[in-house]
Amino acid sequence: MASLELRNVVKRYKSQTVLDNLSLTVADGETLVLFGPSGAGKTVLLRLVAGVIDPDEGKILIGGDDMTDVDAEFRGVGMAFQNFALFPHMSAFDNIATPLEATRSSQSAIKAGVESVAKLLKIAHVLSHKPRALSNGQKQRTALARALVGSPPLLLLDDPLRNVDAKLRFEMRLELPRLLADRGATVVYVTQDYKEAMALGDRIAVMSQGVIRQLGTPEQIYREPANIEIARLFGDPAINLLDVKPARDARGVYVGLSNVQVHLAEVPETAIGRDCIIGLRPEALHFVGENEPGAIPVTVEAETPLNEKIVTLVRTVRGREILVSRPAGTPGRNEGKAHISVDGKSALLFDHASGERIGSKNVIKLRNGEAA
Amino acid sequence: MEHTSLLERILRGAALALVVIFFMFPIAWIFMMSFQTNETILRIPPQLVFEPTLANYTALITGKLMTAAGTLDIAFMRNLGNSVFLSVTSVAVSLLLGVPAAYAFARHKFRGSEDIAFTLLSFKFAPALLVLLPLTLYFQKLGLANTYIGLIWVYQLICLPLILWIVRGYFEDIPADIEYAYRIGGHSWFATFRKIALPLAGPGIAAAGLLAFIFAWNNFVFALVLASADKQPVTVGALAFITSSGIQYGQISAAIVLSITPTLALALYAQRYLVEGLSLGAVKG
Repeated sequence: MASLELRNVVKRYKSQTVLDNLSLTVADGETLVLFGPSGAGKTVLLRLVAGVIDPDEGKILIGGDDMTDVDAEFRGVGMAFQNFALFPHMSAFDNIATPLEATRSSQSAIKAGVESVAKLLKIAHVLSHKPRALSNGQKQRTALARALVGSPPLLLLDDPLRNVDAKLRFEMRLELPRLLADRGATVVYVTQDYKEAMALGDRIAVMSQGVIRQLGTPEQIYREPANIEIARLFGDPAINLLDVKPARDARGVYVGLSNVQVHLAEVPETAIGRDCIIGLRPEALHFVGENEPGAIPVTVEAETPLNEKIVTLVRTVRGREILVSRPAGTPGRNEGKAHISVDGKSALLFDHASGERIGSKNVIKLRNGEAA
Repeated sequence: MEHTSLLERILRGAALALVVIFFMFPIAWIFMMSFQTNETILRIPPQLVFEPTLANYTALITGKLMTAAGTLDIAFMRNLGNSVFLSVTSVAVSLLLGVPAAYAFARHKFRGSEDIAFTLLSFKFAPALLVLLPLTLYFQKLGLANTYIGLIWVYQLICLPLILWIVRGYFEDIPADIEYAYRIGGHSWFATFRKIALPLAGPGIAAAGLLAFIFAWNNFVFALVLASADKQPVTVGALAFITSSGIQYGQISAAIVLSITPTLALALYAQRYLVEGLSLGAVKG
């Protein structure tokens, strides 16, 4: 069991700052997902924790002990690499056995340990194969087995599903949370796939340019993203972003969407009259009848049926394109004129210049245009 | 398989034959000369048909050279032994020093590491003759002239940069993550070097060692200046065949055949490592 704490960690390569004064705490037994675009510093962070590179400044604590100057082999962490990093000259068995050999376990203990983890990961039948004879999925499982075999209290998983095919990725996404929970280990998991992040993380740390932009539960990240960038990264199809300028009337702050006034709650006064961007999740938009209150007239441009949902591209009167998503099998429009309404809870307001979200919660209260 | 016309195949065959003849002819001719006496060799016009004799080989192996002026002692077998000893020891020392150094240069970018590596490479730039004079003076002062240790030391100028630079490239080709994975597994850097880096760079190290061996074997000028008769390798020892009563072409040829045999055998044996070494890229994934 081990918690992980990073205090004011800085890492530079030449003049470039890869991690900028980063602090982070992962509780014992928690799964933290590091999410962000490539070059955000996720992998560097993981390697700093593993001890294969050293920070320029700051401290790294594992289980409360300062590990900043401790060599990798004494940190007792397990790590799986994105490119698997299997030892090409050793069989899968020997690959998995290496962490056990380091602890000078007996041959029979090594054999038992490797076989139990191999069984768990369903690779018991390929243990005698060299890595080059393994499929990508088997390689990935071997790499994972090697990270798990020593039952390290802290597991670092660097995008382990990146290089496997979609089917296997889906399978592992279901399998991994249980596997990690059973181990009881503290996990830091790096990924660029927001679905993986949502599925696996107790909390998600969204990184970009060496800084953690937001840290929160998957629910918080999705519902209350800190800025436009994060809102855009989470969700498929991506969030609709429209330029608006909030105004005020007797009923409160509102934004105009195609001549329909949409009233927002909990918007600070400072937002009024400023250039803002409103974020509308595609699944929060619905096709409605013409006479519904708050119905916004649109033209249907195209419809893309995905397996479990249907995504429709519509154009507003002002020519702005919006994606509307609805579960497959529910009624909608696939051509011509239509009307959409905005679901009250999930509209987000961002500052145009900084991209930061405005207000803690923007509960939308719909008002029909004629009421104004 | 793409279609090739008969003419094309014939022309290609002829071109290949031409190349082979061009390169193999001198060697074949030397091989033939080694079985002839000086008289038959020097006949004009040269003849392809002759009565083979083992006299040249006998003379080399027994160490008695019969010339018109009488019997001459030659130390060819000792020279051959010197060559083997000097080359093997030099390459062994170079590998012992060069492989860890190559690993350090490949994996640890320390201050001045590039400069040091380049300095070592620059030893190969300077013509041997340029460094020989000061080297000889130093060696005489130090008592290293005409010693095996001195020669092996000088041979490091030939072997060490070669091994260092070739092996460094192979170490750099090993993905760092593979080594990280082993260390995170709880192994020291030295265990990682031994169990991961060395086996993976193995073919490259073999190739570099072989190349260094050939260079060391073929060296002439260092040994000529720095060693006296009893420590000279074959390359220098062959000079003994230029006697006062003429050049012993037959013995020279036999000596050449005998002296290229070890390197040839080694090259043939190590061929698969060389080929493997060149395709080390397969390590990845």
